Amino acid sequence: MASVLEVPSDTTFVSAGPMVPRPFVVKRFRKETDDTFTLELEPKEGRSRFVFGPGQFNMVYVYGVGEVPISISGSPSTPGLIHTTRAVGTVTKAMAKLKKGDIVGIRGPYGTTWPVKEARSHDVVIVAGGIGLPPLRGAIYEILSNRKDYGKVVLLYGVRTPADILFKDELEQWRARFDMEVFITVDRAVSEWRGNVGVVTTLISKAGFDPQNTIAMIVGPEVMMRFTALEFIKRSVKPDSIYLSMERNMKCGIGLCGHCQFGPMFVCKDGPVFRYTQIKDLLVKWEI
Amino acid sequence: MSTLMTYRIEHDALNELIQELRKEKYNVIGPTPRGEAIVLDEITSALELPIGKTDEQSPAQYHLKDRTDKAYFGFSAGPHSWKKYLFPPILRLVTASGNGSDLQISDDASKPNEEEKYALFGVRACDLSAIHIQDQVFGDGTYKDPAYLRVRNQAFIVAVNCTRAGGTCFCSSVRTGPRARVGFDLALSEVIDNEHYFIVEVGTERGEKVMSSVSRRPAGDTEMEKADRLIRAAAQLTGRSLEPDNTREILYQNTEHPRWDVVAARCLSCANCTMVCPTCFCATVEDTTDLTGTEAQRTRKWDSCFTMDFSYIHGGSVRPSARGRYRHWLTHKLASWVDQFGTIGCVGCGRCITWCPVGIDITEEFRVIRETYLMTSRVSSTKEATHGNS
Repeated sequence: MASVLEVPSDTTFVSAGPMVPRPFVVKRFRKETDDTFTLELEPKEGRSRFVFGPGQFNMVYVYGVGEVPISISGSPSTPGLIHTTRAVGTVTKAMAKLKKGDIVGIRGPYGTTWPVKEARSHDVVIVAGGIGLPPLRGAIYEILSNRKDYGKVVLLYGVRTPADILFKDELEQWRARFDMEVFITVDRAVSEWRGNVGVVTTLISKAGFDPQNTIAMIVGPEVMMRFTALEFIKRSVKPDSIYLSMERNMKCGIGLCGHCQFGPMFVCKDGPVFRYTQIKDLLVKWEI
Repeated sequence: MSTLMTYRIEHDALNELIQELRKEKYNVIGPTPRGEAIVLDEITSALELPIGKTDEQSPAQYHLKDRTDKAYFGFSAGPHSWKKYLFPPILRLVTASGNGSDLQISDDASKPNEEEKYALFGVRACDLSAIHIQDQVFGDGTYKDPAYLRVRNQAFIVAVNCTRAGGTCFCSSVRTGPRARVGFDLALSEVIDNEHYFIVEVGTERGEKVMSSVSRRPAGDTEMEKADRLIRAAAQLTGRSLEPDNTREILYQNTEHPRWDVVAARCLSCANCTMVCPTCFCATVEDTTDLTGTEAQRTRKWDSCFTMDFSYIHGGSVRPSARGRYRHWLTHKLASWVDQFGTIGCVGCGRCITWCPVGIDITEEFRVIRETYLMTSRVSSTKEATHGNS
């Protein structure tokens, strides 16, 4: 049987079962904030990693502890594999203790991607809430590396407190560009904070975009995504030009374990990136 | 398929068939009495079948009884289903060994073992449909389950047509039985009047090959007709029914139906229904290490959408209430399954009704919601009609 891990860029790698992780080495561990960190990984056997699209995720296995779905936060066009996550559960807490040279298992890439190709010649508004920025970073890289193909590019980023801001240096670089706008807001400010305070939807009015010609990409808590989508629609953005990324419990990542069901969808393979119109009716129901 | 034969074998030739399968190195799995139930297990002779046994089933009730005859298949679906062999309850996926900077991973689930060449002996029509449904789940998507397909592809299937309606089943309404139509190597119909024999329908070349060593003769028209009559009678005697059409519309439009609260007040979230269901396919993965920490295993285990852990993400369970979990199960079974796999996920075996400790009946729960749907759609179509006429 052909392995699902076989990828065009890496024909020498053969694995039989879709549930078998491939060893990757930790090249760099970086603490981002108090409870978030970034892992830079490379395949253990010096061969190239798989091809992936922005928005996809991997199942990351920590030896003896378990496996969790984590979105890829690096660029699809540069080597190496980057994951940024928050230490919240057994596995991510174990990941937070990894150091350079340690090995993790990787299965993937899985799931749908951000519509970076369809977004060409459109304005792009990217909205991230908290730990929702890493799954969007690959899309930002892709758009910036083909910047001239897009209209306006705006990032709206909401976090709880200034200390929770991820990728600070990079945000500064993006903000310094003349061809990208970055707006950040916090739920609770500290005295040094000179920026916006309030929920991320309040930033939408600051972002000048052409509603008829805008693609929106949103990641955050479900309620935040829902209200952000509604705010865009209120401003005449087409509902099927709005995309968001869902999160559910996942044990396999390949549509077999049943855990990630969201109505008729399997978030792992029909998502995580969905068009708003695909799931809008489900978003308003409890316990789907 | 017109070249395939139909035979008559005498009841004592059934053992010849089992021995022939064993000679072909099949591990023959069949129904056999254990304690107070008829379960599925390895059998080595026809004497291990539940001869002269039957079951009485009703919501939350299962009792084994003696029959007045020596029927081999005079009972209905028991607590086990064949998924326990094709999709084992516990399966080691991966063994990993190493320390920090080293990690060796072996693909255990892809390793064949000798025992898994199964002859599934006595598969009812409902369960045969369930196998076909799981074939789609595990073998028809972008990603396939290699362990399932390996076991499934070598399995020899001896179906048995039902000549008796069980107490909780409803195959004829969901169009899966009582007669096995496709996907078997051999299909048996047991006839007992003044004689005791089986009509054996051959479904495949390999079925024919096995039959060639069994005492048999071509079945006569009257004998076949007799078997047909018994099967038709079983269909007519079925007490329950579930209307399988428009399930998506009915359930998607009734996510807030008050009946969900009524059933949630009874449901214990025990997960029995999902364990006995022959199509439920959810699984989790468990991680263990040995005491020294040098070897770790990843084991797949059956899981159930009725547990809180099932949908847990940081911050809590997506479906914390029994209402949400029961609604998810029933809606998946009858509605979203259609979106996912093109068919409902219920085959009418009745196991979830029998083995529910409080006797929740899927046909009854769905019927109530369906009636609301029919009533409201009748009201709205009447309104439309009136509107159109005025």
